[in-house]
Amino acid sequence: MTSLFDRLFHKKTKETLPRSHQYPEEPKLETADPSTGVLDKKNTSASLPNIDIDLEVTQLIVGVAQSSGIQRDHNEDSLFTLTTNLITDERAVDFGLYIIADGMGGHDNGELASRIAVGRLASHVINTLYKPLINSTSNGVEISIQEAMQNGVFQAHQAVKKETNGGGTTLTAAIILGDQVTITHVGDSRAYLLEPDGNIKLLTHDHSMVKRLVDIGQISPEQALIHPQRNVLYRALGQGEPFEPDIFSFQVCHGCQLLLCSDGLWGVIQESDLAQKIYSSQSPQVICQSLINSANEAGGPDNISAILVRFPN
Amino acid sequence: MVAIIGKSCQITGGYKLENHRATQNLADKGSSRKPSDHLQPGVILVNRYSIQSVVGVGGMGAVYCARDLHFPNVVKRVAVKEMINLARDPVIHDTIVRNFEREANILATLNHPSIPRIYDYFSQDDRSYLIIEFIEGKDLEEILTENDEFLDEVQVVNWAIELCDVISYLHDNKPEPIIFRDIKPSNIMVDIHAHILLVDFGIAKTFRTGQKGTMIGTEGYSPPEQYKGEATQQADIYALGATLHHLLTKRDPRLEPPFSFEERRIRTINPAISPELESVIYTALSYEPEKRFITTADMKNALIASAKKTGILNKLPAAIKPFTRETAEISTVWKFECEDEIRGTPLFCNRMIFIGAYDNNLYALNASNGEFIWKFATEGGIVCKPAVFEGNIYIGSEDQRLYCINLRSGQEIWSYYSNGPIRSSPHIAEGHIFIGSDDAYLHAVNALSGRRAWRVDAGAPVRSTPLLVGEQIYFGTEAGDLFCVDLGGNIKWRFKAKRALTSSPIYANGIIYVGSVDTLLYALDAKSGYIIWRFRMAKATISTPFITDNYIFTGSVDSHIYCIDLHSAKEIWNFATDNQVTSSPVTYQDSVYCGSVDGAIYCLEFRTGRLRWKYQTGGPITGTPVIADDVLYFGSTDHKIYAIVL
Repeated sequence: MTSLFDRLFHKKTKETLPRSHQYPEEPKLETADPSTGVLDKKNTSASLPNIDIDLEVTQLIVGVAQSSGIQRDHNEDSLFTLTTNLITDERAVDFGLYIIADGMGGHDNGELASRIAVGRLASHVINTLYKPLINSTSNGVEISIQEAMQNGVFQAHQAVKKETNGGGTTLTAAIILGDQVTITHVGDSRAYLLEPDGNIKLLTHDHSMVKRLVDIGQISPEQALIHPQRNVLYRALGQGEPFEPDIFSFQVCHGCQLLLCSDGLWGVIQESDLAQKIYSSQSPQVICQSLINSANEAGGPDNISAILVRFPN
Repeated sequence: MVAIIGKSCQITGGYKLENHRATQNLADKGSSRKPSDHLQPGVILVNRYSIQSVVGVGGMGAVYCARDLHFPNVVKRVAVKEMINLARDPVIHDTIVRNFEREANILATLNHPSIPRIYDYFSQDDRSYLIIEFIEGKDLEEILTENDEFLDEVQVVNWAIELCDVISYLHDNKPEPIIFRDIKPSNIMVDIHAHILLVDFGIAKTFRTGQKGTMIGTEGYSPPEQYKGEATQQADIYALGATLHHLLTKRDPRLEPPFSFEERRIRTINPAISPELESVIYTALSYEPEKRFITTADMKNALIASAKKTGILNKLPAAIKPFTRETAEISTVWKFECEDEIRGTPLFCNRMIFIGAYDNNLYALNASNGEFIWKFATEGGIVCKPAVFEGNIYIGSEDQRLYCINLRSGQEIWSYYSNGPIRSSPHIAEGHIFIGSDDAYLHAVNALSGRRAWRVDAGAPVRSTPLLVGEQIYFGTEAGDLFCVDLGGNIKWRFKAKRALTSSPIYANGIIYVGSVDTLLYALDAKSGYIIWRFRMAKATISTPFITDNYIFTGSVDSHIYCIDLHSAKEIWNFATDNQVTSSPVTYQDSVYCGSVDGAIYCLEFRTGRLRWKYQTGGPITGTPVIADDVLYFGSTDHKIYAIVL
């Protein structure tokens, strides 16, 4: 390894690895021997190339699952995911956009509201942020990530107001750029951060009346679960003016995982159980499916949506 | 039995309609006539009221200004409040009309100077109408929006007392008390005589049928028990407290989580408000109804008592100054006078203070008593902050040179020539000095030999101080470019602001923060240069930001010091000085210190921006203060360097 001092005098730093040796991390599926039912670790590792590689290209690995649940015959949840990599000789950009929305309102207004919200926000972010980002260098992007998010949410808000008959929706979305995450949030869908050490951290604050009543000590968390107004939100997309979404950015560490989900998941499965399932070594796709299955096994009272994003190690 | 007349609908006498109707109205569309089909000017209702204009439109109908044709010789204007009956079931339809008439009858009996008069009411087809006194004036929400400054305490207390009177009148109504249930700024008007009127008795609530869905209004002013279905006098008292909180803090509770007034202490946001008044308002805002005032009359008495204590009862409006320490009370440890202006920032090292001046000298002073130790003469003014490395002091000068000077003796060890005045400050890392110059290059110079390792063509003068994080160097230029270069001097990425980046970049958690003359403070992803967020100020910023906890502080030419949330880019507070703030803020313990071109150094409580004290010097302060061992060191263009005890 050349010292930093030496590097000062060599204008051209050599690539430590040829591009062809860089490859994204793949989910490793451990397979059980059908005759014994025992995981064959040796066989699994032998099937992977045994090269000690210093990974430069990072890759977000994403799982998605959705179910209308057991007790509902229609699905008012909508979701969107986009995971991209741009690698050129001058830069490498990882970009991801993930959105979950849980609609509400009579007739089909809930479905419509969540569908409109997800579509509007996604297309706005893609047009104003993602397209300039892949088209040019950084100074071609005229808008900040938070502004793109906010403008997109406001457009979605106006569209839901205009195009539905009193429909509303929750909306929790994440834009990932490298290791910087920007979250926007309205309502009671949730974003969790799962840190490599096993911690599960709730990133969003439910905009629900019962959460506030619990926070100020007017009712207990147990009462909140059976409170007649437990579904009442004090902020939702498409509902109310003035309207203001929560927006914030933070840096994640390597190996973190980001979970976006609707209340059909978090309302049924305890946080500790969520964490336990996610920390299994399976791929995010397998984890998401098993989360949804668990929610359905627990009664599936509501629509269930989950997006799990795993950051590179 | 309590008659509940209220609960959010459109105004009667005023102009303003709520614009968050959708939150509350999930009713099916049951009417053939849409609420938007409002009456056209010229339409005459019941042969008497000639519609002149629409004052406002809401989900339940509209409010019009009309002329009463019973007075042909004078123009008598009335407000016409229209409510649309959406019920399809004829039984429900009739029930709604009967309820409307019953409540209109109650309203018609009210007689109070703060309640608009009801002249008439009638129903036609699917619409019912109330004819109300037309009020000329503005509602408190408009008044809040129009005023950039906080409202005066005396003014708000006057309104509060009038509001207590009118609410008491309603609560004392016989045979049944009337609970207004929707006290908030947009339902309170101030007429042309500066008196309060309570408008929008929400009679139209009876017109809302078949509510579905899970949404309710983010009223912001309603008490916790409302969500248990209770409506009492104490609910009105809470809402009055919430309204007063909004008036005094200018923080709209509808934008905040419900019941979070306690988390936005009035005096934290607006320190000019007296603790006495604050205390009255928080009693009204107690979560438990029994802890609030028992009656509005009690609240009025408490307001008067607090006004007596603070003296505002007898006083004309006068600005109530926040507590500040006088300059005389601050103990100056020492002052040292140079021969010309000090525009730069001192360095504290080895119990010595090093500072450059526009008399071309770099001074070394004893930090404890200000005694002169040595000075080093360059051939140009010095604005840059000295840096220290292995017993040597490094400084750039407008004579185009970077100097390496022995810390003890003040003797030159070497000097390095750039091709332009140096106004950037040296950043030392990896045995090298990184410094910008007006020659449009960033220079990397070996700290021991004084020889150039490399230089990067930045295309414009580099006056910001370069920053090295890991293996990347970040610096801004006068053309507005922020460069990220590696240790070999290769450009990794470049970000372009619209105008100069004189402010120096700082780093935290993967993000570079930098201010620009284009008035924005940028948060850029350190790896790619993409903008995470931008914060806009009224004018340019050349102040270098400073981060503590989750706050970022900066100054602006718009004369304010700003505190901004690091993650959400929301302004936490701003503080107005009397002139441009080009100095950079620093925090120490729980205070932020910053100089201003008004000649003062300010000490503010860093979570609230509340002024603790200010210290006046004889000239603008453009450099950044430095704090060591509870002593604050800073230079002023009055030629002096100051050391003051904190």
